[in-house]
Amino acid sequence: MNNQQLENLVKRLSPEAEVAEGKQFLEVTVKPDALKTLALALKENGESSLDFLFCMTGVDYGEELGVVYHLRSTSYQHELVLKTRMANRDNPVIDTVGDIWKTALYHEDEIFDLLGIRFSGHPGLRRLFLEDDAGFPLRKDYVDEVNIVTK
Amino acid sequence: MEEKVVNTSLEDQEFVLNMGPQHPSTHGVLRLLVTLKGETIQKVEPHIGYVHRGIEKMSESLAYPQIIHLTDRMDYLSAHINNEAVCLAVENALDVEVPERVKYIRTILAELTRIQSHQLWWATFGMDLGGLTCFFYGMRDREKILDIFEETCGGRMIVSYNTPGGLMYDIHPDFQKKVKAFITYFRKTLPEYDRLLTGNVIFRARSKQVGVMSGEDAISYGITGPSARASGLSCDVRKHQPYSAYDKVEFNEIIYHNGDTLDRYLARMDEMRESMNIIEQLIDNIPEGSHFTKMKPVIRLPEGEYYQKVETARGELGVYIISDGGKTPYRIKWRSPNFSNLWILDKISQGMKIADLIAIGGSLDLVIPDIDR
Repeated sequence: MNNQQLENLVKRLSPEAEVAEGKQFLEVTVKPDALKTLALALKENGESSLDFLFCMTGVDYGEELGVVYHLRSTSYQHELVLKTRMANRDNPVIDTVGDIWKTALYHEDEIFDLLGIRFSGHPGLRRLFLEDDAGFPLRKDYVDEVNIVTK
Repeated sequence: MEEKVVNTSLEDQEFVLNMGPQHPSTHGVLRLLVTLKGETIQKVEPHIGYVHRGIEKMSESLAYPQIIHLTDRMDYLSAHINNEAVCLAVENALDVEVPERVKYIRTILAELTRIQSHQLWWATFGMDLGGLTCFFYGMRDREKILDIFEETCGGRMIVSYNTPGGLMYDIHPDFQKKVKAFITYFRKTLPEYDRLLTGNVIFRARSKQVGVMSGEDAISYGITGPSARASGLSCDVRKHQPYSAYDKVEFNEIIYHNGDTLDRYLARMDEMRESMNIIEQLIDNIPEGSHFTKMKPVIRLPEGEYYQKVETARGELGVYIISDGGKTPYRIKWRSPNFSNLWILDKISQGMKIADLIAIGGSLDLVIPDIDR
């Protein structure tokens, strides 16, 4: 499918999603509570068949925290980016997609470890790299007076 | 308190075995908690983070040419290809066209990197399975590539030879001659590898139908590289989205279908041959010209998002850069092939024996600093 066809499909599956044509990918932004439904539909739908999650990133946008999913179809080789943003910085929660793509479970662990976003429905969310009291270093407001020198 | 005496045979007891973080076969600091029933594996739980250096966080305060030096230290066996990922991302973001000469040299060096990485993998894989001679054969041949790197790049493993816009310096005058001599040499010695290990009865018994990964699992777990191609998943970035000079060469994507340890082994062996084919097509045709395009002294990416993927020796390496227009990235994420490849270990070793775990782990060819970043 080309980007235009993908765009039509996304609009059909989730009318509220914002779709924008980025420099490389078609970028779809949805609300956190609508993400899982759309993600599952995009994988299960025979036309899109986005079955390969090749990158999953947590981002601190300043006011908001976000998660970015890079998806590919191994049968058609088209790609799409799903994005979502959460305004609640104190307790950001989003549904896990680990039951759709297994690899997401471990990327979610990593995002939880470094950004403190929790994933509901994750069978065993844990910190991967850091100690329990290490804070969330990839947040922009993270302070470490010992190791980070600010000029 | 009364002490409870367990009076069952060892074969029936379930217990947890700690493997690593300093275990010779994990090739780095990987800790595995293995739940066993007798000798049979029930569950493998990897614990990582022993070499987590926070490369993503560090990169947020470094300029793009500086980040390149950190990328060497992720998958140190694919150092050259990691460098290339950042360079391509920056060049594509700024619409910089690098000279043909640069593309050719990058591709040749990337393929040499792939060969030396697979040589080291073969050497240690053989050693893990008890064939100590393999280690000496593999290291002997790998030295020759490292010597070529040293002459041209200055470094042997941590090369940092790519830079946004081109290469640090031009190739050494002897580069082409030495690479051709190496190819001639390695075409003779690669069959020795096959004689030593591929056809070995013990080796085949320990690898055939061991750790079978289905195609569906490979997709679901996000497996890439030779490990995925051994399960029949076509995922070679060099084929699907060619970069540098890969659109100018003919080569085959190596695909096997059984998904067991033996197929993952054979896939890598064949990749070494394909890499030699690629180098042979390019080495005599390196165009004349400059080895760099002049870039601004301070590189600022326009506001936006950039994604670049390359095929390292272990699979698809992706770099996702979010720029706010400054000279450092706002957020940089490394999609490292080893991170995704690691987690299949639990699935494919269930029901196998503890000794098979060494073979399975070796056939996934994990590099731990790339998992931890």
